Order: sequence, then C-alpha cells, then structure tokens
Amino acid sequence: MFKLFKSLCIVALITFALFAGTELRAADQELLGAGATFPQPLYSKMFDAYNQQYKVKINYQGIGSGGGINQLTKKTVDFGGTDAFMTEKELKAAGEEVLHIPTCLGAVVVTYNLPGNPKLNFTSELIADIFLGKITKWTDPKIAAANPGIKLPDLPISVVHRADGSGTTYIFSEYLTKVSPEWKEKIGTGKSLNWPAGQIGQKGNPGVAGYVKQTPGAAGYVELLYALQNKMPYGNVKNKAGKIIEPTIKAVSASANVSIPDDTNVSLTDSAAANGYPICSFTWLIFYKEQNYGGRSLERAETLAKMLFWVVNDGQKYVEPLQYAPLSKEAVAKAVKIIRSMTYNGKPILK
Amino acid sequence: MKMGKQQTGTDRSERRFTKTLMVSAVLIACLLFAIALTLLIESIPAIKTFGLGFFIGKTWNAASEKFGALPFLVGTLLTSFLALLISIPFSIAISIFLGEYFKEGALSTFLRSSVEVLAGIPSVIYGLWGLFLLMPLARAIEIRLGVPPHGVGIFTSSLILAIMVIPFSASIGREVITLVPSDLKEAAYSLGATRFEVLKNIVIPYARSGIIAGILLALGRAIGETMAVTMLIGNSNFLPTGIFSPANTMASVIANEFAEATGIVSSSLIYIALVLFLVTMLVNIIGNYIIQKISIEASKEVT
Repeated sequence: MFKLFKSLCIVALITFALFAGTELRAADQELLGAGATFPQPLYSKMFDAYNQQYKVKINYQGIGSGGGINQLTKKTVDFGGTDAFMTEKELKAAGEEVLHIPTCLGAVVVTYNLPGNPKLNFTSELIADIFLGKITKWTDPKIAAANPGIKLPDLPISVVHRADGSGTTYIFSEYLTKVSPEWKEKIGTGKSLNWPAGQIGQKGNPGVAGYVKQTPGAAGYVELLYALQNKMPYGNVKNKAGKIIEPTIKAVSASANVSIPDDTNVSLTDSAAANGYPICSFTWLIFYKEQNYGGRSLERAETLAKMLFWVVNDGQKYVEPLQYAPLSKEAVAKAVKIIRSMTYNGKPILK
Repeated sequence: MKMGKQQTGTDRSERRFTKTLMVSAVLIACLLFAIALTLLIESIPAIKTFGLGFFIGKTWNAASEKFGALPFLVGTLLTSFLALLISIPFSIAISIFLGEYFKEGALSTFLRSSVEVLAGIPSVIYGLWGLFLLMPLARAIEIRLGVPPHGVGIFTSSLILAIMVIPFSASIGREVITLVPSDLKEAAYSLGATRFEVLKNIVIPYARSGIIAGILLALGRAIGETMAVTMLIGNSNFLPTGIFSPANTMASVIANEFAEATGIVSSSLIYIALVLFLVTMLVNIIGNYIIQKISIEASKEVT
C-alpha cells in the first residue's frame, strides 16, 4: 500500500517535471496571446500558416475580450485580442502605453424564426423598438411598412439576447445607442446590459441561435459569421445613407470606408460609408508599445513585431476564405505605422 | 538486536504512512479554507461598495455599476426547492421499488444500472436535451395557460434539475433500504403485518436518515448546478414574477458573465460566488444536523 503510494507520488513528480520542462524550453520560440473568441478561427488559421513558414509557435487562447485585456495588463501574454477598443479606464490600468491594430472586421445581424423565413428589411428604429420591447408582434404596422408585400404571421416576438458578456452585444448596443435616444437613455452600450424585464438571455452565439430555431416568432442577434456558417435567416438593415444593405462580406468591409484616426480607435457602427452595413466593428490585437518589460528579450519583441506585421499584410489573404471581412488599404497602412512605432529601450524594433 | 532494528524500521514506515495520511487530510481542510479566503479577498471591493445591501438589491446593471444579488439568490433557491419537490415522490418510489420489491433479477439490475448511468451524464447533455424536448413542451403548456410562451424559465429549469437529481437521491435511498435488517421485517411479518405496513412502520423509519441524506445531497447538486440551468432558465436578471417567468441563478450568472468581467463587475460576481459557497455550506450543515437528529429518533422508534 505504502509502496504503491510512493510510486504514485514519483510518477506525479516526474510528469510535473516533464511538463514544467517543456514549458521552459518552448518559451523562446513561442508567442502567447489570449482574448476575443470572435476572430479565433481566423487567428488559428493565420498562426498555423505563420508557424509553417517562419517556425514560430503562436498560442492564442479564446477567453473573451475582457480576459485578453486582463492578461495583457497582467503581462502574462505577449499580445491580447479584443472586439472593443480599450476604454480610458482599461488603458490607465495597463500602466504603460498599449497599442491597437485592427486585423479584420466583424458584423452583427438580426436573425429570426418565421414561417418560410422571408428576407426582412429593418430600419434602425425597428431594431431598437423590437429589442426595447416596444414592438411585440410581427403584425405590427411598422414592420409591415418596412416590408411591403411580405406576409407576416400573427406571432408574438420572443426577443432573445446574449446572456454572457460579449463583444457581439457591445457592437449591437453601440449601434442602437447611436441611432436611438431612448436606447441610449434606458440601456446604453456595454458587453453585458441591463435588458428590459421578461426577455430571454442565452449563452453564446449557439445559445441564441438554438433558442431562435426552437421558438417560432423569435428574434435575436448573432455574429454574421455564425449566421452564415449555420445558414440562419437574417435581415437587411437601412444604413445612415438611407440605403438598404444586405450584410455581405463586401458590405462589411465597405463600412470601414471612412477616415480612420492614427490610433485606429474608430467606431464603425452606423457608419457614414454609402455602401457599408451599419452594425460592424474592427477587431483588434493589443500589445505594449515599449517591449522591454518583465525581462523580455529583444529577440522576443522582434518576433512579435514581425508576426503582427505579417498579420496585417500577407496574413490578410486568409481573411476572406474564412468569411471574415478584410481590412481596407487605408486601415492596413495605419496598422503598419502603428507596428513600426513599437520600441525596445526606446529604439524602434522594425527597421 | 537484529529483530529490534527491523521493528524500528517498520515503526518508522508506519509512522511515515500515518503522517502522509494526516497531511492529505489536513490539505483538504486547507483547500476549503483557501477557497473561502480567495473568494473573500477578491470580493472585498464589492463588499466595500455594496455591503449587506447586496443581498436585497434587485438591480444588476453593468452600465451604471449597480449590483444586487437578490434576483439570483431567489432564482437559485426557487429552482432548487421546486426541483426537490418534484423529485422527492419519484426518488422515494424508485428507491422502494429497487430496494424492497425488486432486489434481484435481470430487470432490477437493468433498472439499477440505468439509474446509475443517469447520474453520470454530463449536465450539458441534460441541458441540450431540455432545449430540444422540455422547451417546446413548456411552450405548449404556457400557450395553453395563456402566459407569455418563453419555453424557458423557472419551471423548465426546475424540471430538468429534478430529472438530474432523482438518480442521486434514488440510488442512496435504494442502498439504505436494502440495508434494513431482514429479521426486523420478518418479525413484523410474523406478527401479521402486510407488506405496506412493514414498509410504513419498519423500512421507512429505519432508512429515513439515509433517504433524507440522499435528498439533501440532491439539493446540494441542484443549488450548484450551472450548465443545464443556464441553458434553460432564460438568464433574465430580474426577480421572477411567476414560475413560468425567465430568471437567473447565482451559478449561472457567474458562468455567463465572468469571462468578460473586469473591475467591480468581476468583484461583484465573486461576491455572488462567496454567497453561493456559504449557502451550500449552510445546506450541508443543516443537512448533517437533521440526519443526526433523525437517526437518533429512528433508532429509538425501531428498538
């Protein structure tokens, strides 16, 4: 009995030592990242391709945007991923200056479950009223006015939203805050919101999608990518220029055809771009500007900067095949400028 | 001399063995303490901001950073006790059936292993099944009753919780019922008691503490259950207005919001975790107390 226990202990110790060993050995050829789950499939593909070409292992964990910011602030990762530009408070908590580069664009669509699933048109006012609980039936004259010729069923609208904190909710609520004064006052913008009473929340895109599929008359919002992959019905939305826009990858990319500030902190929701879909956002990678912190080597800093440079240039060819929306030329130019501003001991890393 | 040396050798290994056992046992106690301490430290910002008003606060609003845990406390207790209420008749019936009426045979073995397999199914599978089967069912009931047909809410999650905890209380109940000494039962039969009378006057009183222990274990599981409930409760951060209304539980709000939480939100969620920890501990302590009291009474009654 005692012998068994002893040998078990030894086995445990050896396993531990082995794992600890691999951790240490891998450290120098490996970059660590964590954050937003939305671009994770894209990053996995990109980093896999990068590893094959340049022999640098990049480990990205999809733990959510908030988690990504936290991990970067705690300096446990080389870079983070986030769906929302860091807030003043978060930037302050990070201590040193943090840089953002956009990597691709995402969009949020309104999905529903109606007999025959017709393609519906929404105005910003309609979306706000449905999610505020002011329009409660599909036969409401406001819906009919926006969709002439479509027969709508006499069903109550069962509104479903994301129950977990998420970048998707952030983008959706930012859009509604811009277009509806009532939304701004009652609900506002955030990753998790104080939704009107009696509405259903479900966890993740799959949760919302599952509820919509199971409930005739349901309406919810999911990422465009998720809706495309799962062949869910979703509506067109009238944009700021007054055009009815179908959410396609092209229309999402087009929403970024506005002037982009040098730090790329731009909100693309309710974009003024004429052909842009209005519920879009960049997703960013974040990292420290001064890379000499916590005993990091110059080599590691260079590896990171080169990888980031690749993501916004050569890496962009992986974006569209995975149904994400690629960056515009202007956005790429700004991102490159930001990457070139990274320093090690105050000296630029990329020549 | 040689003998003596050997003896001290075994003595030493004996002592070392006892020491290892003690260290393992103490480590477990330390673990409990460490969990409580971590929760306490991490929740200090929220405790400072909201104090005890946290327990009666009805709003959970990340935008205005106002947090109160009452809706989740109510949601957890309501779903758990409702689930317990639904599960008790079934679990007692199953334990009597398998423990007294059909102790042996192929059918009994089959039923017994079915119950055990049910206990081991991951909760996410229960949640999925509930989404596909219970939700439309609940919707149909709600439409008939004329309440808003959400399909998810307190009622649906209590149902799934009840189904999830029945195997636990049933298998413990069965175990203790089979442990009832047969000479007690035979004595009652020889006095002319019917099978039902034996059950009522001998088996149930004798096994009562075990049956109740099983039910309390089930309650513990129901209170802490996260995944299946999250999928079926509707995750609405308001006080429930009826048993068909969507609500939220402590475990489910933590699971939902923690990944994206920072600052005071994360601290408030950990405060909820602390409350959940204390509630489960309280249930356990009360449970142990009841079991002790009842087992003393039962032994008096039977003898």
